[in-house]
Amino acid sequence: MKGILAVATATLALGLATAQTLTGAGSTFALPLQTETYIPNFTKATGIRVNYQGVGSGAGIRQLTDKVVNFAGSDAPLTDAQLKDIEAKTGSKVLHIPIALGPVAITYNLPGITDLRLDAEVLAQIMLGKIVRWSDPKIAALNPNLKLPNLMISAAHRSDGSGTTFIFTSYLAAISPEWKSKVGAGQAVNWPAFSALGGKGNPGVAAIVAQTQGAIGYVEIKFALENKLPMAELKNASGNYIKPSLESSKEAVAGVEIPEDLRLPNQIVNTKAPQGYPIVGATWMLVYQKQEVSAKSEADAKAMVKYLEWILTDGQKLNEGAIFVKLAPDVVQRALALVATMTYNGKPLK
Amino acid sequence: MATVRTQSRPSTSPLYRAFGDRLFAGLVLLLCLLIIGIVLLIGWQLGWNGARAFEVFGIVGFLSSTAWNPVTDVYGAWPFILGTLITSLLALALAFFPALAVAIFATEYAPRWLGNVLSYALELLASLPSVIYGLWGLSVLVPALRGVQQSLFLWASDHAQWLLPVLGNPIGIGLSAAVMVLAVMVIPYTASLAKDSIALVPAVQREAAYGLGATKWEVIRMAVVPYARGGILAGVILGLTRALGETMAVVLVIGNNKNLPFTLFGPATTIPSAIVNEFGEAQGLQLSSLLALGFILFLISGVLNLLAAWIVKRMSVDGRL
Amino acid sequence: MTQISGNLRRRQLWDKVMLGLLVLGSLVVVAPLVLVLSKVFLTGFSALNLAFFTQDFQPVEAGGGGLRHAIVGTILMNLLALLIGGTLGLAGGILLSEYPDHPVNPTLRVISDLLNGLPALLKGLVIYTLVVIPTGSFSGYAGALALGLVMVPIVLRATEGVLKLVPWNVREAGLGLGLPRWRVILSLVLPAASSGVITGLMLGFARAAGEAAPLYFTAGGSQYLNFNLSQQTESLALTIYKYANEPSPLRVEQAWAAALVLTLLVLIASLLARWVARVRP
Repeated sequence: MKGILAVATATLALGLATAQTLTGAGSTFALPLQTETYIPNFTKATGIRVNYQGVGSGAGIRQLTDKVVNFAGSDAPLTDAQLKDIEAKTGSKVLHIPIALGPVAITYNLPGITDLRLDAEVLAQIMLGKIVRWSDPKIAALNPNLKLPNLMISAAHRSDGSGTTFIFTSYLAAISPEWKSKVGAGQAVNWPAFSALGGKGNPGVAAIVAQTQGAIGYVEIKFALENKLPMAELKNASGNYIKPSLESSKEAVAGVEIPEDLRLPNQIVNTKAPQGYPIVGATWMLVYQKQEVSAKSEADAKAMVKYLEWILTDGQKLNEGAIFVKLAPDVVQRALALVATMTYNGKPLK
Repeated sequence: MATVRTQSRPSTSPLYRAFGDRLFAGLVLLLCLLIIGIVLLIGWQLGWNGARAFEVFGIVGFLSSTAWNPVTDVYGAWPFILGTLITSLLALALAFFPALAVAIFATEYAPRWLGNVLSYALELLASLPSVIYGLWGLSVLVPALRGVQQSLFLWASDHAQWLLPVLGNPIGIGLSAAVMVLAVMVIPYTASLAKDSIALVPAVQREAAYGLGATKWEVIRMAVVPYARGGILAGVILGLTRALGETMAVVLVIGNNKNLPFTLFGPATTIPSAIVNEFGEAQGLQLSSLLALGFILFLISGVLNLLAAWIVKRMSVDGRL
Repeated sequence: MTQISGNLRRRQLWDKVMLGLLVLGSLVVVAPLVLVLSKVFLTGFSALNLAFFTQDFQPVEAGGGGLRHAIVGTILMNLLALLIGGTLGLAGGILLSEYPDHPVNPTLRVISDLLNGLPALLKGLVIYTLVVIPTGSFSGYAGALALGLVMVPIVLRATEGVLKLVPWNVREAGLGLGLPRWRVILSLVLPAASSGVITGLMLGFARAAGEAAPLYFTAGGSQYLNFNLSQQTESLALTIYKYANEPSPLRVEQAWAAALVLTLLVLIASLLARWVARVRP
């Protein structure tokens, strides 16, 4: 092994010249935004490449902790304990730079039905495996106009650690005490339903719902739209049934107070806004404040800062085209101020 | 691979004298020790890092608990072990007779060209990438199974209500799909070893049986198959280790449900699919539990391989078990 | 032997029934191969186009691009893996067959079987801890190492098997001519068994080419073409796993096209091995 390693590192040192490349990994929620929208445009503008792999928020955080990527994409902010732990290990704070917000849609596959209505209590019962058939009176009570089939419910969830799961379970935990005590909120939870199906990434869950009659699942809105999956109207705190959309998400986000470090420990669920959609999540890029921890060179650290600044300025204009909510101007200013605190070996990167 | 060690060989000692020989032998030995070192390192990594899970939950507790909950940080391995055993053993049961049939047919009945075609087909089956089996399973097998399950389900809901819980949710994804994909993947391993060992059965065996007036099938049943028993069994075990470790093809079709499976038609999880799903993000006790799962798999496949080695060794002494 | 004295008619009928069952069993084995291959070829072929081979990753809106980066990555990593796994596997096979009394042999045989049964995923996992974390990045080298480990037991088994088939008097003739033992092994025994050894190498190559799980944590995947294995590298198997579930139908088509190219790669490798086996008996 040592011999091979030596050869490998020798060749590594010789290194063929390649374009400057930043590496990132994590959230599949933000995957289309990164690879389909931000990166091609950023590369066009600056010549810097960004290699982003959608491995799930949890895996992204782990890779950042292992210092094998420049940034992680995550829809679940780090907990205080995680932050402290990483700082102790690496000597650097991790910054949360928000890049976009988006609704988590509840999609389903029921023949001929596209206007299902649900509330959090029923949704929690479904996910707990207590409601097992679509013809259940509790679902029917919310949908008096629908003729619901006697199909079994397949509750699809993420099999990998996921920020989308975190957003979704935070919502259920905020409303259903039973969910909170039995399952809780997290990037990966114990799904109690016997007919629960796990799919990898937002794409995996969307595929299960698309293929399986009677399935229900939660995905970022873009994955529902691209698969042409119907999305349930959810009853919000004001008692209105709201469809997930950019507008209803903006309503939900509008009144949210954002803490200084731009973390939202519980995401944006169960909004008080009358027209707001109740499950909205922010997605962050996590970077080390002291860039020398993860960056291979000062040039890489500068490129990292450049990418973040580009996303917060030019990139924001592309968010809505990619069906993501853009950040409010004051959040952008605060995020830029946070980016400005990044250093490389003590030197500021501005 | 049947090991036939019949040739006489000269004593090795004088051959080590030349410096080149010593260098060559040393180099070969070094590389082999490297292989051994790497495998031991893998085992050590899994065992050492997985030890915390065993410490926290107890060995029996970890093996027998059915809880796997990252939120409360409580982990148990039983659903995964059960899922792995069910899928592998059933796949093997499903694969065994077709594999034996193709082995017997290719060696005893088929004309030479057909035998060659069949062994090439087996080689191809063995070398098709597992991710392609997964893709095929997801897009062809699962919809087909879903159709079958749904018609069964409809029939049962009219005629045999008590069957419904057993049938589970008729969606195609689940243990049965995983078993079928695995069976297809296991066949070439079991069949090629069986084929090799049947081909090695001495002609005398057959002639003696023919001499007694046996029909061709009787010759095969009474003279050939018993003689090749060891190789066939070794092939079964090789297939089993392949099935135990298969990841990608299984993870795409099994449904990844971490509860205890309650019906063959329902979703479940296996050890490798749990690892590939969660290893990416796991830290702390969860990571340790995943590695402990890996260690359990390492031990199971280690024991099975020792068993296979023992069987092959027994066979190579006098040609039969 | 009591059964032999049964009713002759009935026994001959049994004979026919069993032959029928054997043929049926063989068909059951061949059927999935035909099903899988035909699905891969039909679906994959319709999704193939020139851009698939000449372009790298592009957004769906820009046409989706191609998978040149994955094809190049697969070939580069697998060739390096072949070098690593081939060397180790050959050495193991040589030790087992040419030094049959070596004290390491029983251990080596068990270890090799153990390595064969170990999920490729766990091999990747160990490379992640030993190579990726210390070097601070995913790389094609790490991927090749993991794939090399996948190949080792396959090559080792095949090498041992075919070397043992080389008659012992070939070695005796060489030694009788005064050649040192290492020359006998390298220039007489190995060439005599070359076709089998090459078949083993190709089988190992094919198996490794299809592995996606270990690459997840080692090669890391990439959207970009690169010939430098110190960078993150994409592979076809990885692409298939990632694209199989993508919402965009274009990506799913690309997954099938990738499956076709990967299958062709494996087919070509194994046909090549067959051809070499026939040319050099």
